[in-house]
Amino acid sequence: MNIQKDLVAASATPLVLAILSEGESYGYAIIKRVSELSSGELKWTDGMLYPILHRLERNGHVEAVWGKSETGRSRKYYRITRAGAEQLDRQRREWHVVDQALRGIRTAPADASKRGSDDSKTEREKS
Amino acid sequence: MTKDALLEERISEWREYFRRRQAVKPADIDELEDHLRSQVDALSEAGLDADEAFFVAVKRLGSMDSVAREFAGEYSERLWKQLVVAPGAEAASPVVQREALVAIGLAAGAAIAIKVPELFGVHFDGPDHNEAFYAHNAMILVLPFFAALFALKRGMRAAGWFALAVPFVAAALIMNLMPFAGISNNVERQTEILSVIHLPIGLWLTASLFAYVGGRWRSHDQRMNFVRFTGEWFIYYVLIALGGAVLAGFTAFVFRAIGFNPEPLIAQWIVPCGAAGAIVIGAWLVEFKQGVIENMAPVLTWLFTPLFTALLLVFVATMVVTGNAISVEREVLIGFDLLLVLVLGLLLYAISARDPQAPPRLFDRLQLLLVIAALVVDVLALWAITARISEFGFSPNKTAALGLNILLLINLGWSIVLYTRFLTGRSPFKALERWQTAYLPAFAAWAWVVVAIFPVIFKYQ
Repeated sequence: MNIQKDLVAASATPLVLAILSEGESYGYAIIKRVSELSSGELKWTDGMLYPILHRLERNGHVEAVWGKSETGRSRKYYRITRAGAEQLDRQRREWHVVDQALRGIRTAPADASKRGSDDSKTEREKS
Repeated sequence: MTKDALLEERISEWREYFRRRQAVKPADIDELEDHLRSQVDALSEAGLDADEAFFVAVKRLGSMDSVAREFAGEYSERLWKQLVVAPGAEAASPVVQREALVAIGLAAGAAIAIKVPELFGVHFDGPDHNEAFYAHNAMILVLPFFAALFALKRGMRAAGWFALAVPFVAAALIMNLMPFAGISNNVERQTEILSVIHLPIGLWLTASLFAYVGGRWRSHDQRMNFVRFTGEWFIYYVLIALGGAVLAGFTAFVFRAIGFNPEPLIAQWIVPCGAAGAIVIGAWLVEFKQGVIENMAPVLTWLFTPLFTALLLVFVATMVVTGNAISVEREVLIGFDLLLVLVLGLLLYAISARDPQAPPRLFDRLQLLLVIAALVVDVLALWAITARISEFGFSPNKTAALGLNILLLINLGWSIVLYTRFLTGRSPFKALERWQTAYLPAFAAWAWVVVAIFPVIFKYQ
């Protein structure tokens, strides 16, 4: 499955926050975790994660400290803040609403998609 | 081991490429490098060799352009180049900090130097002030600090320092041993005023140039750099002066508000010390920002060349139509000389910013038109001056104007020839640039002639 770029971009922030809510982490590990969680379906261009992390840092949703990796390299670790946790909560609720709405359509009768498009057609003709 | 060395080399190359992206700071690159290395390690464990692992890791990181664009979107302020760097930022290296301290120290030195004569009862302001002393010596007191800034920065040897001292010592001797009567006596002393006007030019084109180019004054490229520097320095100086005027204005305002007369504070301290210190600070800023911020002088040149061309053409046309000649008063002569020097400046800065390899463009034709118009004005001014001289004889002012106009005539005339040759593809642009840099010593020599020889020839009148 190829997930659309827009959706990848929109889901990036809540995903990063959610992963950080599990505990302190760093860029490479976050990307690995995203891959695990989505069974490899969500593919990020690795470099794009960092501007997102920096924006979260600047908004106060995460805080960052420079530390050392297990091999002694400098590594920047990120930790979620209280404001970040609240933000995550809000975004989760938003996604939930979207998800609910989508599920509502999916559970409708099988010819729903066909009828839906007919409806929109008649709608357009009326207007 | 060699594999590791190769990987290290590739990573440092990769860093080097990234470093050129303005929106990505070294700390960000460190972070990305950690990511890259983690990825390489993981891929190597999975069985790829170091080289393959590196390329896969770089590919996964995304193209440098798009990553840099994301960073730019996030940090838009980074696209505005900041000149004075906050502490802790990468440009605030120990070298830069030491240079800043040296510059501030020398600026303070210049500010103090201008006040030292006060200790010996020579006052800048007040009832028994000695305006003439300051008019004669201000540049001799202040410019050595400017020269020292560059002599230090360029690591000048002892011989260079001695050579640098020559123009200052000569200037000090000339200005203080010549029996000028003193400007403040209200008698018109043309030679004295001429000397005072030409001294800064003479010193600038000898001592300042020599210090700036680190003694390599024979190099045409270095002279061109000095020309570029001068334009930027002038703009910075004007900006600092504007700031200083605001400071002086508020000083006056707040002290008057509490019934305290701020005049002495402003006239004796803020203005002279600020004007002296700004010479050094402006120079340091220009030197420091070189390569960081676009040069401003060529931008102004580009903006004003069409306007000045229009001015000169309309002026010549008006003169032809009305038949009015240029009147030969001192202010008028100085004004026209300044106008022509300014045109020469427009030409110089257009040349300084131009890529010598680029083919002729519309702007070059405009520039040629400007130079031709300037030449016509120069000839008209020369005509008026020679007519005056043949009627009333040589006076210092008219002779100085005559000399400068002839100098400009030669410069502009040959520039027209070279420009035309360039536009018709018969000679490279570099020839024009070289002509201008080769001509700088002529201006320097003329300035010194007016400073040192005119008073003697004209018997200090």
